[in-house]
Amino acid sequence: MHRLYPLLILAVLILVGCFSSPASSTTSASAPANLDFSTTRLSEAGRYRVSFTSELNPIAINRLHTWTLHVETPDGAPVENAVIQVHGDMPEHRHGMPTAPKVTQYLGDGNYRVEGMRFQMGGWWEVVFEIEANGEKDRVVFNLLLR
Amino acid sequence: MQRSATRNARLFLLMVGAAMALLLAAGAIAFLTDSPRWSVDEVALLRSLALDALEPLPPDPSNRVADHPGAAALGERLFFDARFSANGAVSCASCHMPERYFTDGRPFGVGVGVIPLNTMTLVGAAYSPWFTWDGKADSQWAQALLPLENAVEHGGDRTFYAHLIAEHYAAEYEALFGPLPDLSRFPRRAGPVDDPDAAAAWGAMTPEEQDAINRIFANMGKALAAYQRTLLPKPARFDRYVASLGDDGRPSRPGVLSEDEIAGLRIFIGKGQCINCHNGPRFTNDAFHNTGVPAAPGYPVHRGRIDGVAIVQSDLFNCLGPYSDAAPEACTALRFIVTEGDTLPGAMKTPTLRNVAETGPYMHTGQFATLAEVIEHYNAGGGFALIGHNELHQPLNLTPTEAKQLEAFLHTLTEEP
Ligand SMILES: [Cu+2]
Repeated sequence: MHRLYPLLILAVLILVGCFSSPASSTTSASAPANLDFSTTRLSEAGRYRVSFTSELNPIAINRLHTWTLHVETPDGAPVENAVIQVHGDMPEHRHGMPTAPKVTQYLGDGNYRVEGMRFQMGGWWEVVFEIEANGEKDRVVFNLLLR
Repeated sequence: MQRSATRNARLFLLMVGAAMALLLAAGAIAFLTDSPRWSVDEVALLRSLALDALEPLPPDPSNRVADHPGAAALGERLFFDARFSANGAVSCASCHMPERYFTDGRPFGVGVGVIPLNTMTLVGAAYSPWFTWDGKADSQWAQALLPLENAVEHGGDRTFYAHLIAEHYAAEYEALFGPLPDLSRFPRRAGPVDDPDAAAAWGAMTPEEQDAINRIFANMGKALAAYQRTLLPKPARFDRYVASLGDDGRPSRPGVLSEDEIAGLRIFIGKGQCINCHNGPRFTNDAFHNTGVPAAPGYPVHRGRIDGVAIVQSDLFNCLGPYSDAAPEACTALRFIVTEGDTLPGAMKTPTLRNVAETGPYMHTGQFATLAEVIEHYNAGGGFALIGHNELHQPLNLTPTEAKQLEAFLHTLTEEP
């Protein structure tokens, strides 16, 4: 009888597979693999270490909300008086955000209030901050995967 | 040895037979009772579309009487009052018919003349930051004033309406907004409108006189908006289906949606990509998109959002204007308005899909008579944009069966009696 054990196990496995019917997948954003979704990133030329926090967590679509951006040098000194532009795009779609967000206030300690954030669909977003401080320009890109 | 081998072979066949029978039975049960269950993520997505997920109506800080029952009552009477038109035959309800979910069933609206735009539903409209197809108004009250002075819609002007308020609704008006000025010194017809006589009469008035009339006009809009804020979506069969879904991704009661409707829902949130724009419990992201919809034959191409931006920014009755009740910081739509970029030309606001099966024809000039035509447009990846660019990238490759299932699903969004 012991020779029949593998067969029994196979039959059971097939049945189990059958009863847990497949949950078909939704076509969500087919973002490239290995995207960095971290909320702290070094700017492209390495001038600033930048992080964001959102007052909405998780970030929901179709809701106007505010972010706080923290900008510091790679060795941790807060960056004051930066001029910051922000925009967002869906790389897989031919459109950006439904709003034009703005940095509206410097909060001290390298923190900036970013008002007017809104995303109108789920999927992969890139949020780009162009930062200029003390004559030095750099940009940082955050990836988001929204539902 | 020989006997044992034979016995084993017999047992082997028996076991295979039993396994096959069980498989068949399981398959039959699955076929008869169930479409595939929804995944945890899909259940969350479906719940985000259900009316249960609709948040309370956000306040309109630009309209002091937005949620005042007296204002809604006055607004409702104004909404249905055809005296408020140049020919005495057109009210808001001429195009926004309550029995048709506040649409008119026509490609174009028909007021005093023909309006070369499809009438949008008002159900749930109060949630949007922008109003009309191109978002030329940033509040429902500012929107309400536009058709009143449009030559082909109501065809009147603001002193005409101020006189009508004083003659027919003075008590109701004054209870809400304070005393009306003496209107006897004002011309019967005056306003910044197409009609040259009315425009000249308006130009002859002093800024103070214009301000007195503007205030009455704005207050009319605020009452109309207070009424329209009460027009909220009601549950549909789709909502009952979502409410019946357990965390295991299966409905607790079978048959709320048919298998075809469920298949269509799966296409809606998946292969059809409809949910990209038609998201949230109102099935709209309230944003502006260009999907290469053809122009109505014989009519110029609508420039869409690029025109809407210019109009709303210069509108005397916008949230930042002198007749708004909002502090400037509260005017978030205007403060963060997108004013440039190649996505604005030809872009139109995503319409809600609630009651969509009953609110055809479709698109901003009613180009498509049926939902099947709309689905065909999107299945082809949209059309060639006559202005701006089509945001869609590629055909959806829905089979004819899938297109029919998607259409079947859209019928489940009609509110139940
Ligand atoms: Cu997108």
